[in-house]
Amino acid sequence: MTMTPVLAALEFPPIENVVEWPAMFGDGWYAFNKIALIALIATAAPALLFFMAGRRSKLVPRGVQSFVEAIISFVENQVAKPGIGTGYEPYMPLLISFFCFIAVGNLFEVIPFFQMPLNARMGAPLVLALVAYFFFIIVGMKHNGARNYLRMVAFPSGVPKAMYILVTPIELVSTFVVRPFSHAIRLFANMLAGHILLVSFGVLCIAVWQLKLLVVLEALTFPGLIAFTAFEIGVSLIQAFVFAILASVYIGGALHPEH
Amino acid sequence: MSTIGAITEQAIELAQSAELAQEVEAEDAQSVAAAEGAGLAYGLAAIGPGIGIGYLVGQAVQAMARQPESAGQVQTTMFLGIAFTEALALLGFVVFIMLKFV
Repeated sequence: MTMTPVLAALEFPPIENVVEWPAMFGDGWYAFNKIALIALIATAAPALLFFMAGRRSKLVPRGVQSFVEAIISFVENQVAKPGIGTGYEPYMPLLISFFCFIAVGNLFEVIPFFQMPLNARMGAPLVLALVAYFFFIIVGMKHNGARNYLRMVAFPSGVPKAMYILVTPIELVSTFVVRPFSHAIRLFANMLAGHILLVSFGVLCIAVWQLKLLVVLEALTFPGLIAFTAFEIGVSLIQAFVFAILASVYIGGALHPEH
Repeated sequence: MSTIGAITEQAIELAQSAELAQEVEAEDAQSVAAAEGAGLAYGLAAIGPGIGIGYLVGQAVQAMARQPESAGQVQTTMFLGIAFTEALALLGFVVFIMLKFV
């Protein structure tokens, strides 16, 4: 019976309160809310950073330039080279844009007063995944010819002829139908799950804080909140990395479909 | 005339409130079913990817321990494999959100 107030205090807010934000100005299609503000900042901040680094570039990088060069060499060595292989250079700008935009947008999950990951709304990851989708299809068709590319995707070499009945529909559906959705949902669901996790721990901390004697439980919940915040910083960066490397693997598959 | 009208009004009101109560009950039952389904969906969806990711990372750690010089390549491939395996659990999570909240 003494547990009733504990349970009563643990009222999780409805999901709309956690992921929907009122418009700051404008309404309907042109409403501008916190998500739009975060998207603008996530676009402008990396652009400003790269502009500052490139304005007075030196042979021996210092300060901002060395930071940006670290990002570029990370994307080059960990994302572009393993995914695309030789001839990865033309696709570096797209992959770096993906990585920086998603990483900054995700990191707003833990930045005070924002505390909302950009990609916890389906719009942003869906558009990013569609960009990657059309990009790799166009790259594949340009590089191999449209008919040749479709043939290579639908009839992968090294498969016995009779197996094409099974393999061709699976390959076509998985490449051209499922891919953009799984690409987008991977990012979206990870960020939404992290956001809800942090909200739950915040609610738990507040609920425990209002208890009279059981307030000592805060010694368990508050470090938990801090630990999960640190964990979510890692998840944000890893998800940006995973999105970029999947885009690079898709482009690599479109460039060399025979592998 | 007026008494008949009043009685009819009362009857209509009664009928409406009974209908409302039935609707509320039905909604309650539906939300309970949705919550049960949501929990079950996510719980079942987490089993397979959990085993898969555990196996995958274990094998990757073994590979890195045997050949530390190839750690970078193994790590990249490991993240790629985790991303593909995890997708199923995340679909389960999306189903959970849709059943519970939407």
